Amino acid sequence: MLEPGSAARILRRPAAKVCLGILIVVAAAAAIGPELFPASYREPGPLQYSPPTWQHPFGTDLNGRDVLYRVLLGARISLVVGLAGAAVSLFLGTAYGLIAGYAGGKVDNFMMRLVDIMYSVPRLIFILIFINAFDGHLRDFASRMDWPWLVSYSRIVILIVTLGLIEWLTMARIVRGQVLALKERPFVQAARVLGQSHSKIVLRHLLPNILPIVIVYLTLTVPAVILDESFLSFLGLGIQPPQASWGSLLAEGAQSINPLKIYWWLLLFPAATMSATLLALNYLGDRLRDTLDPRR
Amino acid sequence: MLKLIVRRLPALIFVLFCVVTLTFFLIRLAPGGPFDRERKIPPAIEAQLLAKYKLDGPLWTQFTGYLADVARGDLRLSTKYRNRSVNEILGQTLPVTFALGGIAFVLATVGGIWLGTFAAVRRDTAADRLAMGAALLGLSIPMFVIGPVLVLVFGLWLKWLPVGGWGSPAQIILPSITLALPFAAVIARLMRTSLLEVLNQDFVRTAKAKGLPDRSVVYKHALRVAILPVVTYLGPLAAHLLTGSIVVETVFNIPGAGGFFVHSILNRDGFLLGGVVIVYCALLIVFNLLVDASYALLDRRIRVDA
Repeated sequence: MLEPGSAARILRRPAAKVCLGILIVVAAAAAIGPELFPASYREPGPLQYSPPTWQHPFGTDLNGRDVLYRVLLGARISLVVGLAGAAVSLFLGTAYGLIAGYAGGKVDNFMMRLVDIMYSVPRLIFILIFINAFDGHLRDFASRMDWPWLVSYSRIVILIVTLGLIEWLTMARIVRGQVLALKERPFVQAARVLGQSHSKIVLRHLLPNILPIVIVYLTLTVPAVILDESFLSFLGLGIQPPQASWGSLLAEGAQSINPLKIYWWLLLFPAATMSATLLALNYLGDRLRDTLDPRR
Repeated sequence: MLKLIVRRLPALIFVLFCVVTLTFFLIRLAPGGPFDRERKIPPAIEAQLLAKYKLDGPLWTQFTGYLADVARGDLRLSTKYRNRSVNEILGQTLPVTFALGGIAFVLATVGGIWLGTFAAVRRDTAADRLAMGAALLGLSIPMFVIGPVLVLVFGLWLKWLPVGGWGSPAQIILPSITLALPFAAVIARLMRTSLLEVLNQDFVRTAKAKGLPDRSVVYKHALRVAILPVVTYLGPLAAHLLTGSIVVETVFNIPGAGGFFVHSILNRDGFLLGGVVIVYCALLIVFNLLVDASYALLDRRIRVDA
């Protein structure tokens, strides 16, 4: 289990400090950065495809918009979708793993076989179909209920829910494995002998004990969800304009790479920001996992 | 092995049935039909179109009719590419996707196993850390970043390789590397962890104690056992490669099934979309069955009965 102080021990490594620094800078910049720009930067301007200058450190795009501003806005959406989607997967995976592991036997067998099957199906493809089937309905529903926020953010809400729906499998496996080991331990057996109800044993005795490892895997789920979201947005099937995420910015960047014109800054800056964030998240998640489970 | 296949068959057919059902109804739930255009079509013509594409009548009879057609191997007509059947479109595009996916599959497994072994043998040296750093990097950089960057560097700046298209061997290099890299990274990490664990086991110590050279201890004894987690990953790997090929085909302008998949969603081309999904899932299910069967062959300790 995670001992107190082990998080601090991880952070003593210079690489971990750099990673944490990257995350803090990106998150802070995404949260407050866009508000700091003068109004003229937020609208399309006359300066088309300007390479990076002091006025526009990341250059400008087809519509003369500042790329730095767009990257920060994209970071906002990507990070929100990543965190919220991971939270959904945390809830689902923990519940599923707890039930399977605690029930054991045939129920466990069936539930884990189901997870195996879902692993081998191209889940993202189903999610694509699902999103495009339900987005219109959700927006209709929202406008009928007169919820303007849901009308404009329906895509994001649906992305969060559906990506959470596909990224819970690993979490379920980990939790189930932990529960299988824990439930044979004396303190759980004692609780059972004392006549505690199943729900109390699961919630009061098992859940607190698996929490550390769940949090570690949450760190690794966030980059996975961000990657999924950007995959969908890159194909033009995720976040829709005028909103932007790293994926949709990269799609624009990839289109601007051709033999006639190379607007490299449209590709390089979103790519670097996104890759650095994912790298930092993965690195910290890895280190946390190593401390928790030295066998791996 | 035959017994395993026969035993699994009912469950597999059931999974495939679920896939067909889910796809059919999900597409139908989407707002807007395949014949929605800016200009309204006269009702009589629309009725005829619906009849031609078997989209008339109650939903339930449409569904049973579709199930029967799929069972016969007829994936029906595309509503967007008029007069072309889904079978015909898939017949032309799937070989391209499979060639790309197959090459990436080999690259990812061979590269990943090699890198993981390389790192595990040199545990805690600079080479190990460098290899695992590279793997972490490969895992974190999305394919749609690697692809355009490779195009930019090798296609446009150095002009060594073509920027896209399909047909010549030179055009295969960049897309297959792009598709394989993230998964080679995953396999390398799996392989390193697993090999380190195996190298601590008794039979490895015995092999060393009887004086075998390190090379043959690792490559003849340890690797054979350590490779099992990688074999388990092959099923999910195939699924990821199919999903990933959609992006890679877009980036490199490759005429595979991925582009048709994306357009079929945007065009509400239900039968084409359904066809791609059904064929993908059917192939993955068969592939997973083969992986499970090979698992039993590789590790004699495991009896696959279920």
